[in-house]
Amino acid sequence: MYTFNFRRASNLDEARQIHQSSSDAVYVAGGMTLIPSLKLRLASPEDVVDLSQIDGLATISSTDSVLSIGAMARHNDVAKTTQIPALAALASRIGDAQVRNCGTIGGSLANNDPAADYPAAVLGLGATIHTNSRSIAGDDFFVDLFETALEDGEIITRVDFRVPQRAAYAKFANQASKFAVVGVMVAETDAGVRVGVTGAAACAFRLTSFEEALSTSMSASALDGIDVDSSDFNEDLHASAAYRANLVTVMAKQAVDQLVA
Amino acid sequence: MKVNLTVNGSQHAVDVADNALLSDVLRETLGLTGTHVGCDTSQCGACTVHLNGRSVKSCTVLAGQADGGDVATIEGIANGDDLHPMQVAFRANHALQCGFCTPGMIMSAIDLVESSDAPLNAEQVREGLEGNFCRCTGYHNIVKAVLDAQANM
Amino acid sequence: MNAETGIGASVLRKEDARFITGKGQYTDDISMFGQTHCVFVRSPHARAKINSISTERAMAIDGVIRVFTGDELVADGIGDLPCGWVVNSKDGSPMISPPHPPIATTLVNYVGEPYAFVVAESLQAARDGAEAVEADFEVLEAVIDMATASSSDQIHENAPNNQAYDWELGEKDATDAAFDKADHITTLDITNNRLIPNAIEPRAALGSYDAASGMYTLYTTSQNPHVERVVLALFVNVAPEANLRVISPDVGGGFGSKIFVYAEETAVIWASAKIGRPIKWRADRSESFLSDAHGRDHVTKAELALTSDGEMLGLRVKTIANMGAYLSTFSSSVPTYLYGTLLAGQYKTPAIYVETQAVFTNTAPVDAYRGAGRPEATYVVERIVETAARELNMDPVELRRKNFIPPDAFPYQTPVALEYDTGNYAASMSLALELADSDGYAARKAASEANGKMRGRGYSCYIEACGIAPSQLVISLGAGVGLFESAEVRVDVSGSVTVMTGSHSHGQGHETTFAQLVSDRLGIPFESVNVIHGDTGRSDYGLGTYGSRSIAVGGSAIDKAMDKIIAKGKKIAAHMFETTEDQVEFAEGQFSFAGSNEPKPFAEIAGAAYIPAVYPLDELEPGLSEKAFYDPKNFTYPAGSYVCEVEIDPSTGVSRIEKFVAVDDFGNVINPMIVEGQVHGGLAQGIGQALLEHGIYDADGNLSTGSYMDYTMPRAADLPDFDVDMTSTPCTHNPLGVKGCGEAGAIGSPAAVINAITDALGVKDVPMPATPHTVWETIQQGA
Repeated sequence: MYTFNFRRASNLDEARQIHQSSSDAVYVAGGMTLIPSLKLRLASPEDVVDLSQIDGLATISSTDSVLSIGAMARHNDVAKTTQIPALAALASRIGDAQVRNCGTIGGSLANNDPAADYPAAVLGLGATIHTNSRSIAGDDFFVDLFETALEDGEIITRVDFRVPQRAAYAKFANQASKFAVVGVMVAETDAGVRVGVTGAAACAFRLTSFEEALSTSMSASALDGIDVDSSDFNEDLHASAAYRANLVTVMAKQAVDQLVA
Repeated sequence: MKVNLTVNGSQHAVDVADNALLSDVLRETLGLTGTHVGCDTSQCGACTVHLNGRSVKSCTVLAGQADGGDVATIEGIANGDDLHPMQVAFRANHALQCGFCTPGMIMSAIDLVESSDAPLNAEQVREGLEGNFCRCTGYHNIVKAVLDAQANM
Repeated sequence: MNAETGIGASVLRKEDARFITGKGQYTDDISMFGQTHCVFVRSPHARAKINSISTERAMAIDGVIRVFTGDELVADGIGDLPCGWVVNSKDGSPMISPPHPPIATTLVNYVGEPYAFVVAESLQAARDGAEAVEADFEVLEAVIDMATASSSDQIHENAPNNQAYDWELGEKDATDAAFDKADHITTLDITNNRLIPNAIEPRAALGSYDAASGMYTLYTTSQNPHVERVVLALFVNVAPEANLRVISPDVGGGFGSKIFVYAEETAVIWASAKIGRPIKWRADRSESFLSDAHGRDHVTKAELALTSDGEMLGLRVKTIANMGAYLSTFSSSVPTYLYGTLLAGQYKTPAIYVETQAVFTNTAPVDAYRGAGRPEATYVVERIVETAARELNMDPVELRRKNFIPPDAFPYQTPVALEYDTGNYAASMSLALELADSDGYAARKAASEANGKMRGRGYSCYIEACGIAPSQLVISLGAGVGLFESAEVRVDVSGSVTVMTGSHSHGQGHETTFAQLVSDRLGIPFESVNVIHGDTGRSDYGLGTYGSRSIAVGGSAIDKAMDKIIAKGKKIAAHMFETTEDQVEFAEGQFSFAGSNEPKPFAEIAGAAYIPAVYPLDELEPGLSEKAFYDPKNFTYPAGSYVCEVEIDPSTGVSRIEKFVAVDDFGNVINPMIVEGQVHGGLAQGIGQALLEHGIYDADGNLSTGSYMDYTMPRAADLPDFDVDMTSTPCTHNPLGVKGCGEAGAIGSPAAVINAITDALGVKDVPMPATPHTVWETIQQGA
């Protein structure tokens, strides 16, 4: 690690102020991505601003129609929620137990790793992301590889998930890293069927061809014969674009089978 | 930077660098070398300790993040001469060979059992230990040990 | 004998007491007063000329004490890292071993090769310093692919065609003749994937120098501290042997990767004298990936000649072995004498011929990794035997049974130099089939198919040569060291015993197994035996732990020392009984004489030895402490039958091991619990090789799988419960009848897994590791 100043913020304004007054500041939520990159000297911020002492940022609350998760809620806290079982199941398979005890939903979304799980939930469930200054529709949040709609210094405060009628998440995990090679959230919501896909491309996306087919018939066979366009898909050591395209269909079918079960 | 920690029941106020990791504080500042460091990408789990009752990888927690926290390490889980049931089960089931991953494995296993509402089966133990690597045992006896220990916890 | 602690009892381990409480002392846990920290500056290029290195900016960093480059080591007379086994090419010429300076001077030849190191007051300052070292490189084209290495740019000035050697074993003409009369020839082109050992404890070193005494002390993560010491003293010229103490404290796994003498500990111990302070280094995992010696990495063409009814007539094997950039400590022996000699397997194939071309590439050095050559040999033999059975429409079990060396044929001379002492291969096979519920297989396969899955079953009947090794044999084959083992058994006045062994334990449980051995033979309590290992300052000598040799060679040395203890005890007892030593018996911890009804317990004789009142001192020296060096007459030959059953999901390519049965013949077993644990661990590494692990370099020589994000370590959920059992034909030539168990699992299992997967898919080959992606692609190609 390079040296940096560890700064503890006691409220959002203070966090924002430290960030603004620093030449190069970075927030640390759970630190599951940031700390390994600091250790490998892949990042060299001047100030690391800790958000963990800010009151209320980890609160989880719900109404009949909305599950509201504070940005600093740990994955394991989300895994214990009951309102949206598909979301709890997704959270229970992020990383490993120790990662789930530290990593946060806000940190994960702000980082927007192409292989992270939560983006599939945000898109698939049609979540709204609240920050210290505004609300951002989930569909508008993910911009590109590690790039989001967040402005410099903006802090996610909570994520509101509308409770769907039914939903399920299926993930094919990278055997080495446990990140998603492909993860698919399928949900039946008030606004129709939504399919959120992570892992396959530079950034999570909705798969409208699947949404249309599943709107007609919520069954795995409804996805038969639908070509998944893999021209923009990731290719790496672990999976070719063609394999990822196959996994998108296979995982979507698994999710549908779970959803209707 | 001043950091206050309760470690294995003792309070410590330590002065550490801003970029110190919890594993550095435990090993270097407090001399608790039972917590091992086996990787730099937060995967092997050898450094697992409990922070405020939950298992975490101490090589991926900044000391500042742990400020005010309650830490338990492998050195602190026995009650005097009475070993923790998980320690007993690891020995009784030959769940360790070189011993390097063992402290982290035991700390993870304790949290796994404690945080589970119902008794775990072998498959759940295997899934639950995905954050810890062992290169010696093939995990066979580790799984047996955890199943054995949970009956006594 | 005590049934609870004697030979054959699953005694719980002594060493666990410290490991389960966090009291183990691994190298990085040890700190010294005035200790400094060290970071190595590593090449970012796979192949480059070093035009210049500038250390000024690094030296200016606060806390940096010294920056050392390779030139300084050379100027101080520090030698190259040697390869200790000279293999000759077909034409009789010795292998080519390129110069291998610990710290590169003029050329770097793999990504991660150190070319400087920084010593500083803190690790932070050392890291900052390392980053500030500036080198001017002239980047050269890297040679990465072993298959084309011999026609690529020449890496080393003295190694034309990038060849270290071109070796052969067996009768070429006889083998060709066997092929001429064959009814059927099975051909197989296979690769044995590069593996990265990944002991969970990274390598580390803590070196110090005491100017007053001239003594160097090196704590390091070595499987063989005496070998480390002699190499550093004799070849690398770090210090006179007598002035160098090497201590391997608790070591967190080795699997071969900690046998070798590396640059880092060499640099640390040498530099500690230059700065007059202790220096500590511990590898980050990223460094381990780049700089630990890797394993395996072969491409092979194999041909098996058979009659139409499945009698094996001849085996022809041509292998290219990737040695990496330099010849590491024992690397040359791995794809030759530890590989070609095992190609007979468990079979009476009369004619075998093997050629191995060892080539250099711009990758990390490759050396022994758990099994070392024997997994590669087993993979060739057991894959081609299974393939031949399929081609001949024979049951692979029947084909094997037909060709097994029968129990009455031992000792059996193979066509590839080894003489197997004993074995009963059909017995292991029968037990394995029973445990694998062979009868229920058809129903399980049908159930899988009904579920849209594919099920397959594969076998692997391995043999290995371990208990390494008869010194005169291996020296005649080019080894530069003996391979005996030493032991000292010190009986204390009170009758308790301290054992000094040259075998090192880094997970194997020697402190327990050896104590059982001693307690059983001397009839004393298990608790009163203390086993000391891993310190050149405390035990005479030792060749260390590798090649599954600790019990067969190290244990036999202890047994031999106990012979001497008992012999002397009888002499002392004879004086007490007022008889002659040949009239004294020793059993169950008692010296007895037919003419007396008062036997003398072992402890009483120990006391008498140290209080020399009863025996004449011109005949017997006081004390009761004996040393022995045991050199085995032959290798030992563990063998076994493994059965693997997999279920494959064709939609994702995921292979799940539904059943894994391992039946091994290790001869006599001292502690079954520990032996089974060794098998479990070996199986995990073998299954890891078959399904998960792969060291991959890109075309520029960057290690693509350089962290746990990309190199798949087997996790608990990746592995099945293992069904492990044993048969036994005791070794005929060592006193304990033992064979060795450390590597078997890793040797036998990969072929069983891939045979099962190819059976399920109905294809000839799936390259290791059979990842979901690879299996899925294989299915697509067939579709």
